[in-house]
Parts: sequence; structure tokens; C-alpha cells
Amino acid sequence: MIIIGVFLGLLNGNVDQVVQSGMDGAVQAVELCLGFIGIYSMWLGLMEIAQRSGLIEELSKKMSGILNFLFPDVPKGHPAMGAMAMNMTANMFGLGNAATPFGIKAMEHLQELNRKKGRATDAMCMFLVINGSSVQLIPATIIAIRSSAGSSNPSEIVGTTLIATICSTVTAIISAKVLRRWM
Amino acid sequence: MDVIDAISKYLLPLFISIILIYGHMKGVDVYSTFIEGAREGLSTAIRIMPYLVAMSVAIGMFRTSGAMDILISALTPLSKLVGFPPEILPLVVMRPISGMASLGIVTELFNIYGVDSFIGRVASTAMGSSETILYTLSIYFGSIGIKDIRYTLIAGFIAEIVGFIAAVAICNFMFG
Repeated sequence: MIIIGVFLGLLNGNVDQVVQSGMDGAVQAVELCLGFIGIYSMWLGLMEIAQRSGLIEELSKKMSGILNFLFPDVPKGHPAMGAMAMNMTANMFGLGNAATPFGIKAMEHLQELNRKKGRATDAMCMFLVINGSSVQLIPATIIAIRSSAGSSNPSEIVGTTLIATICSTVTAIISAKVLRRWM
Repeated sequence: MDVIDAISKYLLPLFISIILIYGHMKGVDVYSTFIEGAREGLSTAIRIMPYLVAMSVAIGMFRTSGAMDILISALTPLSKLVGFPPEILPLVVMRPISGMASLGIVTELFNIYGVDSFIGRVASTAMGSSETILYTLSIYFGSIGIKDIRYTLIAGFIAEIVGFIAAVAICNFMFG
């Protein structure tokens, strides 16, 4: 992407602007990370409490049907299952800030089960493909933007979004299950 | 609308309260356990930083260079052929790359076509039913040092496209 950017920048004569937005991007990323330190600390702290109190275990038991279907190679009751259950729950309710630290935790646990450390396992791929397809039940951000843009019915897209989300998530799961055979 | 408003407003405090109250009831030392868990926040955020920087630099340069416009104009004939509204194409291209930028595109579409227009509704639906795949993949895989990401990017793109097509079809059916 960087090469394409530089090449087109040279072609269009705006290579200086292209490089400048690269630099801006770097600065923004670090600023974002600084904010993440606080948010992640908070959620990882809460997660530790949920872990020790057995709340996560309860949650993964409730979701065990889905979890075992999606991640057949992960042993039942493995901490990765708990973290993935937390991540998916947070995602469903649109708590993206909470979902990321839970998800990274899940990836760490999945990596413990990985025999080839540099290569993604089937479970990791499935987990990320689902994460990338959005499983959010209520698109709160979009509703807020629609409402501030003066929509007469900002939440009318809840139903359509839910159906579209189901389509994309089911596609994601099927693609992952099929593609894993060749790649 | 009021119900949804209320849910999105009270969900977060409810979620946090449940964790704290449940923990307390089960006899967990809530404060020191929180501190222990929170200790990892710093290392987690620092570990993903290089990946975040790399992605942001690449995305920033890619956007400014005008590569997006070339991609969009290349896709326009195809989208017209299959009956997909070409107005949505910028969102298709930007959505997997950057959440902020795609929200910007949605707002722009609202300004041009109106929030309650067909395009506005499709954009809202598509935006709400998709994710920033590239960002998710680079952070999650980066955090544990995975280099071979196998089919995840392809599967993610397939799911995104299907989601967008579904958004157009459903909006056609519901509002058309």
C-alpha cells in the first residue's frame, strides 16, 4: 500500500502530501495507543474479576454449543474459550473497546495451543473472521449519526442491519470452514 | 427508538456493575484483582503499537495518493452491471481499512443524498453490519506475532461483500 501510495504520489505530483499523511498516521496511531493503555487496563482489570468469580466460566458454558462448533480444536474449558466468549459478548452489545482486550487475551491463549508459532491456527482464523464480520446486535454509532443528521426515524435500520450482519457472519463462518482445507 | 436509546445508554454501566457485584458476591477481592488484571493493559497496548503505526501510515498514504479513486472508478462498471448502487462504492473500499474514514463517507452520503434516502439507508445498514477487517487482523495477529495469516483476509473480504450486497437487497425489499 505504501509503495502504491508513493508511486501514485509521484505520478500526480503530490508525493509530499502523501508522505505527510503517512507521518500523520503514525502520530495518530501512537496517540490512539496511549488512550488504549487506559481502556485496556480497565477492561483487563474487570476481566480478571470476571475470571476469578467464575462469571466467564458461566458465560462460556452458556455459549458452549456455538463455541464447540466453531472451535472444535480448542479443548473444552480452555481459557481461550472463556476469553472468546467475553469478546463475542462484548462485540454483540457493541462494546468495541472492551472486545479488543478480551480478543487479544483470547489470541494469547490460542497461541499456547499452537504448534507452529508463526502460522495462524484454524481456531484463530475462525475467531478473527467472525470478529471481522461484525456480530453487533444494535448499531448504536450509526443510529447516533443518523439522528444527528436529522433522520425522521434513525433506528429504522436496526432490522436491516441485523439481517445483513447475519448474512455476512454466516458467510464468514462458511468461507473459513471451506477455505481452511486449501490454505 | 426509546427502548434502543435506553439499551445503548445503560448497557455499559450494567455490564460493569454485573462484573463487580458478581465478583463481590463470590468473595473475590475486587480491588486487588482489578489491579492485577489492569497491570497487563500497558504491555498489551504497547505490543500492538508497531502494528497500529504500520497500518495507519500505509492507510494514510494510500488514501492521499488517490489510489482509492482509481479503485472506485475501476469497480464502477462492474457495480452498475450487477445493479449495485455505485454511490456506495467508496464505502465498500474504505470500510475494511478504516472505521473513522468510512464513518466520514457515510456522513458525506447523508449530506448528498439525505439520511432517509435509499442510499442513506443502504449506507447505514452496510456500515452497521461490517467491521474494519484490516485493522482487526493486524492488531490481533500482530499481538501474538503471527505472520502467516492464511485465508483470513480473503474470507473477511468475501463476508464484507456479501454483507454489502445483502444490505442493498434488504433495503430494496424493506424500503424500496
